[in-house]
Order: sequence, then structure tokens, then C-alpha cells
Amino acid sequence: MSNIVLETKKLTKYFYDPIQFQVLKAIDMSINHGEFVSIVGKSGCGKSTLLYLLSTMDTDYEGQLYIHDELITGKPDKELAQIRNEKIGFVFQFHYLLAEYSVLKNVMLPGMKLGKLSEKEIEHNAMEHLRTLDMEDQALKMPNQLSGGQKQRVAIARALINNPLIIMGDEPTGNLDKKNSDLVFDIFNKLTEENKQTLLIVTHDTDFAQRTQRTITMEDGKII
Amino acid sequence: MNFKLILNIAIHLLRARLKQSIVAAVGVTFGIAMFIALVSFMNGLNDLLDGLMLNRTPHVRLYNEIKPSENQPISLSEKYKNDIHFISSVKPKDRGKAIYNSKAIVHFLKQDQRIIDVASKITTPVFFNSGTIEISGVISGIDVTAEEKLFKISDYVIEGNVIDLEQNNSIIIGKGLADKMLLVKGDIIKITTAKGNLASLKIVGISQIGISEIDDTSSYTSLETAQKLLGEATNYITDIQIKLFDISTSPSVAKEFQEKFDLDAIDYQTANSQFETGSSVRSIISYAVGIVLLIVAGFGIYNILNMMIFEKMDSIAILKATGFSGSDVKWIFISLSMIIGLTGGVFGLLFGFAFTVIIDNIPFNTASLPTISTYPINYDPLFYIIGISFAIITTGIAGFFPAMKASKIDPVEIIRGK
Ligand SMILES: Nc1ncnc2c1ncn2[C@@H]1O[C@H](COP(=O)(O)OP(=O)(O)OP(=O)(O)O)[C@@H](O)[C@H]1O
Ligand SMILES: [Mg+2]
Repeated sequence: MSNIVLETKKLTKYFYDPIQFQVLKAIDMSINHGEFVSIVGKSGCGKSTLLYLLSTMDTDYEGQLYIHDELITGKPDKELAQIRNEKIGFVFQFHYLLAEYSVLKNVMLPGMKLGKLSEKEIEHNAMEHLRTLDMEDQALKMPNQLSGGQKQRVAIARALINNPLIIMGDEPTGNLDKKNSDLVFDIFNKLTEENKQTLLIVTHDTDFAQRTQRTITMEDGKII
Repeated sequence: MNFKLILNIAIHLLRARLKQSIVAAVGVTFGIAMFIALVSFMNGLNDLLDGLMLNRTPHVRLYNEIKPSENQPISLSEKYKNDIHFISSVKPKDRGKAIYNSKAIVHFLKQDQRIIDVASKITTPVFFNSGTIEISGVISGIDVTAEEKLFKISDYVIEGNVIDLEQNNSIIIGKGLADKMLLVKGDIIKITTAKGNLASLKIVGISQIGISEIDDTSSYTSLETAQKLLGEATNYITDIQIKLFDISTSPSVAKEFQEKFDLDAIDYQTANSQFETGSSVRSIISYAVGIVLLIVAGFGIYNILNMMIFEKMDSIAILKATGFSGSDVKWIFISLSMIIGLTGGVFGLLFGFAFTVIIDNIPFNTASLPTISTYPINYDPLFYIIGISFAIITTGIAGFFPAMKASKIDPVEIIRGK
């Protein structure tokens, strides 16, 4: 199997509302296994849009998307959901946790959906991830009882639960202070170095981007 | 699909909106309970009224009607066969009301596999004499054991005993008649038949059917007494009453016997068509009310689900982002709706049952229905099955549309919207 985890060919996207507008212009890129890549660029250049395409949530585009050399473009909703569940971990700028579930259950949920391990094993893994993120003692709290930085760490733990091929983040530190974003960066860094975890993070934080292995700069829907 | 997980998520969402969910479920409970109570009561009423007629009416009655001969002499003539006949002043022929060869017919009918039993009867108009006044009425001469077996007349004898009719010259008279003539059990009543025969009979009982027209005029005596009264032989009867195992075949059986024995025959359905209409109207009303209540409850569920989906947009977006497909999300909301519907429905059945038991114990004493002491209820389990099916179907439909909406939510739009 090749070393390429994620590859795009001539990825192009238009918005039609209110006027036709090309957001992404024939984007070719690839991410290797174990790489820690950041995407930077001016506000409105299309970073988030690109990330939504790569995460398979947005299917309205031209060009092709490959994950592990497998063509993803054109697959039905059910298979895409399966791919997201198994191969992609997503961390948003705003910590999207389910308010109805405890921290631990939030982390476990994608694992339960995948259904490859027993509930006990998933719970054990979830506790392990929470422990590495120093969140173990918060496991039984509800999300609304956590601080912003803590919620983001829970979201990272959730992204890790199924050992995904790649973790994508859209400004995961955008909402955090310097101390907390350093903490998140350190977590990401540790994941690539110790587990060879592939990471693709959109950020505005130049400091953050400089410390990653590779930085992709976007301008006006193109990679430069 | 991992149904346990989907159910788990549905329950968690439901718990977050417990109050509204309960209100929605109570709507279903109310609808189902009302439906059960109404249908059970209406059907109890139908059974009561049907029973009132059915128990007292033969499925097929054979008799001789007074009518003109169908074949007038001229129609038998070869010569005028192709002509149109105008005959004026045709008079009915007096064949008498007696059924000829009745013993043989009854014997033949008793062998028939479709027939439960046969009861012979004589009905004849009489005058009851009380002092100087004469009250017209009817005497039914009955075969006491057969009549009791088929029509359970003892249910309507409020004083005395039907078996006493087997004594010579005894009679049971209607309550209305007894009241009018100030007669009680043990008195002697004088009777004049249409042919002028006079007789005195001993009153051994009072009957009350609940229909004043009947109670005011009718009386029962034994076949033998009636024959004696009329001065007829022991094979004289005017009616043969038949009960069938399958009541729905009565029209065809009536037709068959009519041709076979050259008698007039009337079947249950024809004789009681107005009661059938009443029964079906009552059934339709109770089902209609039940369905309307459930539709209202369905809208309640539809509303709460729509509201929940609106509030839980974020949660739906996360579920989708973390690997739940549109159909998983759809099933989460359908199960949510089904949980509300089933819980509400089961409670509805319980409350419905409780209501019917309460109705069943409300005293209902009416002079016209001597065998009834409380309101009638039919406890058919079929109503409960229909009720819970209604609940499942309406909540399923009410949940389906919001669930489809939830399954189509675009997570990108939600995540971008923050
Ligand atoms: N739903 C939409 N309809 C029309 N235009 C849109 C829509 N979503 C985004 N856009 C436009 O697409 C462009 C790219 O948006 P995108 O969110 O990808 O930018 P971004 O690079 O993530 O910016 P930021 O750094 O501010 O988050 C912007 O000009 C935006 O106005
Ligand atoms: Mg963005």
C-alpha cells in the first residue's frame, strides 16, 4: 500500500448563491502517512470549504478525492458515513459535543457506531485517550460543565477513538488562549511523533503553522 | 445498523425533552383510551340490541301468508298464454294460516345439518276480556322446551316460571297487559278467539320484553292449549321457527325452504334490516371518533419532533460528522416517535380498559331491559389490537416526516453556521 493517505485531483467547487462563484480552483494535493500538515491562508480563501470536501461531508464538487488510493468521489451517503466513522477524525473550531451524553459517552459514541469492539473495550480505550489528554478525572461530567479548552480536548479524544487514518481540524485552537492552544498543539505533535498519526489542521495561528512539518498556503481557492 | 445504539441515542434525546415528550405521549394515551372505551361501549350496546332482537327472532321463519293465488285460472290456460291478462277484483284466497303437513316438515328440518333446532309456534289474535272491556292481543302457542332452548324466553319472564306453561290451560301474559287489566300471577283471564270460542286460562307468569307494543299485547301459552283454544287438531301450527349455526346464510336458506315447502319464508336480515343499519352506524361513529383523536395526537407528536429536530440541529450535525448516516439519523427520530407512541398507546390501553370497567359497573336499570343491570361493555381483545396498531401507525407516520427532514440536514451548513 502506498504511503499516501489523502489525495485530491483537480478539486473544484462553486457556490451558486447569490452569484456563481468559484471557491476552489482545481486543487491537487496529497498527504502522506504520519505527516502533520497545516493549511493557512487569508480569511475567505476557501480553507474550511476544502476541509469539508476532504472530510466527505460535502459532496457537491468536481474532481476526485482519494483516501488510501480508494476513489471516494461519488460514493453513496451510507458508505461515506462509514468512511467518516472509521477513517476520519474531525475536530471543529467550536467543540461540538452532544449535550445529552457525558464526556466519556461522547468519546465512546463513534466507537459504538463502528461496533468493532465491545462496549467495555471502547470504554477502556476512551479512558486511555482521556488520560493522555489529562482529562480522565472529567470523564463523568456533562459537556456543559467543562471549560472551552477541556471541551476541545474531549473532541480530540473523540476524533481518536477509532484510530483514524487522518485527523482533520478546522481551527481547533481558534477559540483558545495561548496556553490552551499550545497544549492542543503539543497533543497533536505527540500524536504524530509517538503514533505516526496523520494530521491536517486549518489554522490562522502562524506560530502554530510554523511548528508543523508542512504548511500548505492557500490564496483565492488555489494552493501556492 | 446498530439498533441498540440508535435506540440509546433516541432515549437520550427524549430525556432532554422529557416534559414535551410526556405531553405528546399523553395525547396518544387519551386518544387510545377514548377509542377503547367508546368502541367497547358501542359494541356492548350493539350486542345488547342485537341480542334483544337476535335472541327473540328466528333466523328463518316459515309461515303462510294470506295473499291472492299467484296463478289465476286464466294464466293456466294455453289459449291465452301469449296475451296480457287484466283481472279485476282479485281477492286473497283463504288457505288458512295453518302449515300443512307440519309434522313431516319439522321432522325433515330437524335432520338438516345447518340447523341448530326448530320450534313450532301458533300465533293467533284474541281478545282478552276484563269486565266489560275487551283488549285485543295475540296469543303465541309455543313448544316450551324448544322455545326456551332457542330464544331463552325465561329471561323475559319476570314473575313465575315458563315450565308452568306445560300445565293445562295456563298462560303467561305481558306486563303491559297485566298492568292494564289489573291482573297478577294466579288470576284467571278470560279469552275470546277470533272465531268466538271462549276460554279461561290461569296466569302462571308475567313477561316483559322491553318493547311496550309487545308487552301490551302478547301472551304465551303451550302449543296444546292454543290448539284447544282454536279447536284445531294437534298438527295445527302457523309458524316454524328455525335457528341456524351460521346466521349469514339465512337469506339463502330461507329462499331454499320457501321453494321446497311452498311456504312463505322470511330471514333474519330482512326482518331486522333497520337494526343492522343502527349497529353499523354506531360502529362507524366510534371508529371515526377514535381515529380523529389519534390524528390530533399524531399532530402533537409531529410538532414535538419538529421542535426537537430544530433544537438538536447541532447534535444531528455531529452525529453525521462522526459517521452516522442519514438513514441512522432517520431511524433515531422514528424510534423516538415510536417510543412516544408505544408508551402512550400502552397506557391508553390500560386507561381504556379501566374506563370500560368503570362503565361496566355503572348501574343501568331500565324497565325495558329486565336482564340488564349495568351499562353493556364488549371486552373483545380485537379492539385492543386495533387500538395499539392505530397508535403505532399514526405515530409512525407523524414521526416519519420530521425524521426524513432530520436525515437530510446538511452538517456542513450547521457547522459553517457557527
Ligand atoms: N454556503 C455558501 N454560499 C456561498 N458562498 C459561500 C458559502 N460558504 C462560504 N462561502 C464563500 O466561500 C468562500 C470561502 O469560504 P471558507 O469558509 O472556505 O473560507 P475560509 O478560508 O475558511 O475563511 P476563514 O479563515 O475566515 O474561516 C468565502 O468567500 C465565503 O464567502
Ligand atoms: Mg474557515
